[in-house]
Amino acid sequence: MNNTAVARARSFPLVLVTSSIAKKFVMALTGFVAFGYVVGHMIGNLQIFIGQNQINAYAKALHSMGPLLWLVRGFLIVCIVLHIWLGAQLRIENWVARPDGYARKKSLKTGLPARTMIWTGALIFAFVIYHILQFTVRSTDPRFEELFDTLGRHDVYSMVILGFQNIWISGFYIVAVGLLCFHLSHGIWSMFQSLGWNNKRSERWLQGFAWIFASVMFLGYISIPIAVLGGFLKLPGGVAL
Amino acid sequence: MKLTLHVWRQKSRDDKGRLEIIEANNVSTHMSFLEMLDVVNEDLIAKGIDPIHFDHDCREGICGMCSMVINGVAHGHQKGTTVCQLHMRYFNDGDHIFIEPWRAKAFPILKDLVVDRSALDRIMRAGGFISVRTGGAPDGNAIPIPKDDAEKSMDAAACIGCGACVAACPNASAMLFVAAKVSQFAYLPQGRVEREKRVSAMVAQMDAEGFGSCTNHYECEAVCPKEIPASMIAKMNREYCRALKKETCGESAKSWAGA
Repeated sequence: MNNTAVARARSFPLVLVTSSIAKKFVMALTGFVAFGYVVGHMIGNLQIFIGQNQINAYAKALHSMGPLLWLVRGFLIVCIVLHIWLGAQLRIENWVARPDGYARKKSLKTGLPARTMIWTGALIFAFVIYHILQFTVRSTDPRFEELFDTLGRHDVYSMVILGFQNIWISGFYIVAVGLLCFHLSHGIWSMFQSLGWNNKRSERWLQGFAWIFASVMFLGYISIPIAVLGGFLKLPGGVAL
Repeated sequence: MKLTLHVWRQKSRDDKGRLEIIEANNVSTHMSFLEMLDVVNEDLIAKGIDPIHFDHDCREGICGMCSMVINGVAHGHQKGTTVCQLHMRYFNDGDHIFIEPWRAKAFPILKDLVVDRSALDRIMRAGGFISVRTGGAPDGNAIPIPKDDAEKSMDAAACIGCGACVAACPNASAMLFVAAKVSQFAYLPQGRVEREKRVSAMVAQMDAEGFGSCTNHYECEAVCPKEIPASMIAKMNREYCRALKKETCGESAKSWAGA
């Protein structure tokens, strides 16, 4: 079994970006990290419903982690970069593998989420850039820098409400989160398949679980802009518009 | 019944190729799809036109030679059958039928519907065997194999290597084929000896041939004439993970990738 294909040097870190299956492993693992972040971020965000004090204290706690915060951010950035890089690379390879398409082609099992992963992924990335500029860098709205609560903490609560009171920003956010959950409805079960943690029996459960999880996350995320637009979450007294 | 066929005609590997309309008259509902093409070809030959070239051999659904995409579905819309086992009774008088070859960079079209599938042979040659003489058939139960494993191995071994999985896959990936060929051995004690080398070599060859990679569309399992499940690909991924671990950490490494 000593043929040239095996003989080709396949040292460890390199194989992760050269072999098709190893690339899928990296896609699954980095996707899992991003998925974990998205779940944690939603739980963090939902604290806004507990009240201004809770969410501001949570934000303060995160920011007081100092270097640890940057360690986590760095790890996330590395994962996202790998996910995008390999995702794009695999997509291009797969286009190249079928240079001429069919005049007629019927899809029997696949769905829209699976076929649009690269596009939903690209749009999610564009949204993430905007989202970071809006709420982390706070460069889209000059008012955000001047919001402080009575304890002198940065007033995240008012910032989110001010941001989402703009129907266009809320609308964009809802669409983007929808695309994210669409992406996840395929991604959540696919990572199990790619890592080999799937068989004929688990398949239906994993796919069902992915849909339910993605739907719950969608509802969780959009509840905030909807609550703001619906007037359920209001600016506290003393914050001038 | 009368049918209008839209057939892919391509003179040679380098020809551009095009869909041509060919009328099929006097088609009996008892014919198989290939017999229908035989009748059409008799007609074409009588008229002095080059007949439609297509691959075929056993015509009983076990050899894996026949290969055409019929109305956008590899092997036609009848589930779990090859083209030769697809009968004309599933079509209606006046139907338009689109007949195209398998399309993938790794399967160059030789003529009309005939494609070169030797890429699959080269993947087999890379590791799809066990490298000891096995002699004649051993006595039953001389090597005890759990029934469950024997069944799974047989399910994988049902693959006839027709390439429909590649044709149906939006990425022209051969992973269902490779998964079946890796798994048929990986489930059995005789095959486990070389399991890591095998999966590693076959996947490397698969990549070198220019096949795409799996993005879990499951189109392959929908068209597979032997109904091999796409979850078999997860088995191959497990095997690959194991091989990667062994190659990286050496022989002494404890296996964590599962059996």
